[in-house]
Amino acid sequence: MTAAPIAPRKAGTRELSLQQQRQRAAFWFLAPMLFALICVAAWPLLRTIWFSFTDTTLSNLYGGKWIGLDNYLSMRTLSSGKVIYRGTLVDPAWWNAVWNTVRFAITSVLIETVLGLIVALVLNAEFKGRGLVRAAILIPWAIPTIVSAKMWAWMLNDQFGIINDILLSVGLIDQKIAWTASTDTAMYAVLMVDIWKTTPFMALLILAGLQMVPRDIYEAAKLDGINPVKVFFKVTLPLIRPALMVAVIFRMLDALRVFDLVYVLTPNSAATKTMSVISRENMIDFDKFAYGAAQSTLLFAILAVFVSLYIWLGRVDLSGDSKQ
Amino acid sequence: MTTQKLLKTTAFYALVVVIVVFSVFPFYYAIVTSFSTGTELFKVNYFPRSFDWSNYTRVLGQRNFAQSILNSVFIATTTVVFALFLAVTASYALARVRFRGRGLLLMTILAVSMFPQIAVLAGLFELIRFIGIFNTPWAMILSYTIFTLPFTVWVLTTFMRDLPVEIEEAAIVDGATPWIVITRVFLPLLWPALVTTGLLAFIGAWNEFLFALTFTSSETTRTVPVAIGLLSGASQQEIPWGPIMAASVIVTVPLVILVLIFQRKIVAGLTAGGVKG
Amino acid sequence: MEFSMKAAALRSTVAAFALASFGAAPVAAEELFYVSGAVGNAVENFKALVKPWEEATGNTVTLVPMPASTTDQFAQYRLWLAAGTSDIDLFQTDVIWAPQLADHFVDLTEVAKDLAPQHFPSIIESQTVNGKLVALPIFTDAPALYYRKDLLEKHGASVPKTWEELTATAQKIQDAERAEGKADLWGFVWQGNAYEGLTCNALEWVKSFGGGQIVEPDGTISINNEKAVQALDTVKGWVGTISPDGVLAYQEEEARGVWQTGNAVFMRNWPYAYGLGNGDDSAVKGLFDVAPLPVGGDNPTSAATLGGWNVAVSKYSTKQEAAISLALYLAGPEAQKQRAINESNLPTIVSLYDDADIAAAQPIIPRWKDVFLQAVPRPSAPTKGKYNEVSSKFWSAVHNTLSGNGTAAENLELLEVELTDIKGSGW
Repeated sequence: MTAAPIAPRKAGTRELSLQQQRQRAAFWFLAPMLFALICVAAWPLLRTIWFSFTDTTLSNLYGGKWIGLDNYLSMRTLSSGKVIYRGTLVDPAWWNAVWNTVRFAITSVLIETVLGLIVALVLNAEFKGRGLVRAAILIPWAIPTIVSAKMWAWMLNDQFGIINDILLSVGLIDQKIAWTASTDTAMYAVLMVDIWKTTPFMALLILAGLQMVPRDIYEAAKLDGINPVKVFFKVTLPLIRPALMVAVIFRMLDALRVFDLVYVLTPNSAATKTMSVISRENMIDFDKFAYGAAQSTLLFAILAVFVSLYIWLGRVDLSGDSKQ
Repeated sequence: MTTQKLLKTTAFYALVVVIVVFSVFPFYYAIVTSFSTGTELFKVNYFPRSFDWSNYTRVLGQRNFAQSILNSVFIATTTVVFALFLAVTASYALARVRFRGRGLLLMTILAVSMFPQIAVLAGLFELIRFIGIFNTPWAMILSYTIFTLPFTVWVLTTFMRDLPVEIEEAAIVDGATPWIVITRVFLPLLWPALVTTGLLAFIGAWNEFLFALTFTSSETTRTVPVAIGLLSGASQQEIPWGPIMAASVIVTVPLVILVLIFQRKIVAGLTAGGVKG
Repeated sequence: MEFSMKAAALRSTVAAFALASFGAAPVAAEELFYVSGAVGNAVENFKALVKPWEEATGNTVTLVPMPASTTDQFAQYRLWLAAGTSDIDLFQTDVIWAPQLADHFVDLTEVAKDLAPQHFPSIIESQTVNGKLVALPIFTDAPALYYRKDLLEKHGASVPKTWEELTATAQKIQDAERAEGKADLWGFVWQGNAYEGLTCNALEWVKSFGGGQIVEPDGTISINNEKAVQALDTVKGWVGTISPDGVLAYQEEEARGVWQTGNAVFMRNWPYAYGLGNGDDSAVKGLFDVAPLPVGGDNPTSAATLGGWNVAVSKYSTKQEAAISLALYLAGPEAQKQRAINESNLPTIVSLYDDADIAAAQPIIPRWKDVFLQAVPRPSAPTKGKYNEVSSKFWSAVHNTLSGNGTAAENLELLEVELTDIKGSGW
C-alpha cells in the first residue's frame, strides 16, 4: 500500500519526485475503492439504463428486445391520421411525481438545513448533559424507517392518534383532522415526518464541521467584542460551508429518491407519489419493468442536473484546487 | 446584565428542551405503546398504564431474534470498517494529491448514489448470486459498503481538504510516507468527521430493509429490520403494534449506547490546537 | 420408461395426498423449500401440518418465512422467479398473484383433477389462467358486515339487508348516541385508503348493486355503468356523515381500532377481527355479530371479495414431483381441516363447512359459509399480468370520487378509457 519514502536531496528534483510519488500513492489509495465501485455498482446501474431501451418485463427478464426510445417517447400515427404520443415523457402521472418530488425535496432540505444548523449550534455549546442530548437527538435517525413511518401513521390517525389528541386539548384544532387521508394535508404529514427523521443527520454533519473550526477564532472574536450573530455569519458560516454543502448534497440526493416514508405513510396518494414510488410501481407491481427502468434513468438524469446546478451555483470547490 | 444573562440561559435551555422533546417524543410514545396490549393500543395514553413486559418477552422469545441482532451488529460493524478504510485512503488521494480529473472522479462516485434503490435491486441480485454470496452476511456487507462509499468519501474528502498544509509538509520533511501521514497525522485530527460518518454509515446499515430482505432466504441470516418485518399478528390483516414497538425499542437502545460512547470523540476534534488552513 | 416414471410419481403423489401409509416412499428423500408470509405461529404450525406428509413420503420441507406485508412478499417473489431461482420449490401466493406469475408456475390441472372439484368453484376459477390451473387453494378469506347487537337492539333496528337500510340505521344510531354524549361514535367504518383493500371494498359495492365486477371473466371492461355510478354515489354520501373523513386513509387495522374501542356501529372487515373483537380487553366483547354484506337497491345478491392463499409449484424447482405432492397435500381435506382447527383458517373445500370437528373447535367457521356462496373474485384471472395496474386505476378512480375529485360518472368514464388503453389488443 505504501510507496517507499524518497530521501530529500536537491530542492528542484525533490519537488518533482515528491509530486510523482504522491500521485503514485494516490493511485494505489484510490484503486481498491474504484475497483469495488466498478465491479459492484457499475453493473446494476448500466443494466438498468440498458433495460430502459428494451421491452423487458420481470416475467421475461432476459428476453427483452431493443426498442430504442419507445419507453421514453414514441409517436404513432393512427389510421385516422391523428398523431398520438406515448411514453414516460408524456405521462401526466410521471410529471405529477416529478413535481411532488421536487417540491418535497426543496422544502424538506431547506427546513432541515436551517433546523440542523440550529441544533448543531446548540450542541456545540458547552452545557450540562449535552452528551445525553446529543444521543437523544440522534434517536429519530436511528429508528428503522419502516418502523418510524408506521409509528407516525399510527400517531397521525384521525380517531385514535395522539397528534390530534394533543392538538385538540391544546385548542389548536377544533375537530379531528385526517392527516394522511386528505390530499391537502398528506404532503405536510410526509414533510413533518421527514423533517423529524432527518434533521439529526444534518445536525450531526454540521456539528462535525463546527468541531473542526478552531476555538481560538471564537476567542479572538469575543475579545474584539464582535456581535455573536455577526461572528456566525462572517466567521462560522464560511468556515463550515464545505461541510454544509456536502450535507446538503447528500440530503438532496436522498430527498429526491425518497421512497419508504411515502410508501408507508401515504401509499398511492397522488398528492405525495414520488419518482421512486412510481418507478417501483411500474417495475414491480405493474410488470412494466422497462418502463420503470426508464423512469429510474430519468430520475438519475434529473438528480445529476440538480447536483450539477447546485455545485455550480453554490460554487462548491470540487477539485479543491483553490486550497493548494 | 445579569438578568439579561439569565434570560439568555433560560431561552437557551428552553430551546434545548424543545429540541429534545420534538426528537424524543415519538420514541417515548413507542415505549409507552410497547407496554400495551390488545384494545389498549387503540387508545391515546400519555403514560404507560402498567409495565406489561409481555411484548418484550414475545419479541425476545421469537425464533432467531437474538441471532438477527448479532447479524446486524456484525454486518453494520464490518461495513463501517470497510467503508471507512476505503474512504480514508481514497479521500486522502482526492483531497491532498493534485491530479487531473479529480472533480470528474468525485462526480462519478456520487453517481452511484443517484439511482433509486429499487432500480439497482435486480442487477445487484444477479451479481450476488453470480459471486455466490447469496444468503450470507457478505451479500449485505458488500452492497452496504458500496452504496455508503459515495457518502463517506465525499464527507471525508471535504474534511481532509480543510486540514492545514503545514502539518502535512512538516511530516513529509521528516520523511513520512503518505500512509504515515494519514494514520499518524490526519486521523487524530479527523476524529469528529470519522466518528460522524462512521456512525451515520452504521445506522444506515443497521436500518436497511430492502437489500436485507432480498439477499437472504433463511431465518438465521436475517437482520433486525427484516426480523421486525417478520413480526406478525395471528392473521394476515392484524398488525402487531405492541411487539413491533417493543422490537424498535430493543434495536434502538444499542444505537443510543453507541452514540453515548462515541459522542466524546465527536467533540474531540481540533481543540488540540489545529489551525484552519 | 418415461411414462412409467410419471405414473409412479403420480401414484406416490396420490398416496401422499390420501395419506395411505405405504411406509416411506422408496425415492430418495428430497429437501423442499416452501416460502410463505409468516403469520402468528406459522413456523411451528407449519411443522406440525406437514409432519404426516413428511412421514409418508420421506421428504422434508423447510418453511422460509417472509414479512406479512403482501407488497414486500410479492416484489420478492417476482424477483426470485424472474431470476429463475431454484432455491425455492413452492410459493404460497395471494389469490390475486398466481395469475400474474402464471408463466413461472407448473400447470396443476392434470394432477389436481380429482381434488379441484371439491373446492369452491369461484376460488378454482380465480386460479385458472387460460385453462391452466396455476395454484391450489389452501385456505380462504372473505369479509363480512360486523354489527353491534346491543346498539341495534337499543334503537329497535334490525340487521340491514341493503346498503340504503345500513345508511339509515347507521345515521339514526349515530345521531341518537351522540346526543347522549358519545361524541366519538361513528356509524360505519371500512377500508377507504387508496390501496388494494379499496379495490376489494369497491368491488363489493359495485357488484352488490348489480354493476358487474370491473372486468368480466371474458375480459370485457364493464365498469362504466349506471349501477356502478349509483353504488359510488351512495358511498360518497357516507364520507363525513356516517363514516369519518379519515376513513379515506383507513386500512383494516384502523377500522378495527375504531370498532374495537366501541366507536362504530357497523364495520366491514375480514374474519380476523372476530376473534380479536371477542378478546377479554375488547370494548365490544360479546356485543357484536356478523352477517353477509348488504345488497344495493333491488339487486338480489350481495358480494364479498375473495381473499385467501394458494400454493403454487415453481417451474424452476429441481424437485417438482415432491413439490407437487406437497401442494396436493396442503390443498387436500386433511391439511385444510388441521389448519381450520389450529389456526382458524377458512377451508376452501365445501364439505369442511359441515364438518363437526371444525364446528366444535371453531364455531365461527360454519357461519362464514353463507358469505362464501356470494364470494366474488377480483378480476385477476382475466387481466393476468396487468391486474395490479387495473386494480390501481380502479382504486384511484374510486378514491378520487370519494374525496370529491370529480363525480362518479366522470371518473368511471375516464377509468373505462384508461382500462381500454391498458388492455390494448388483449389482456
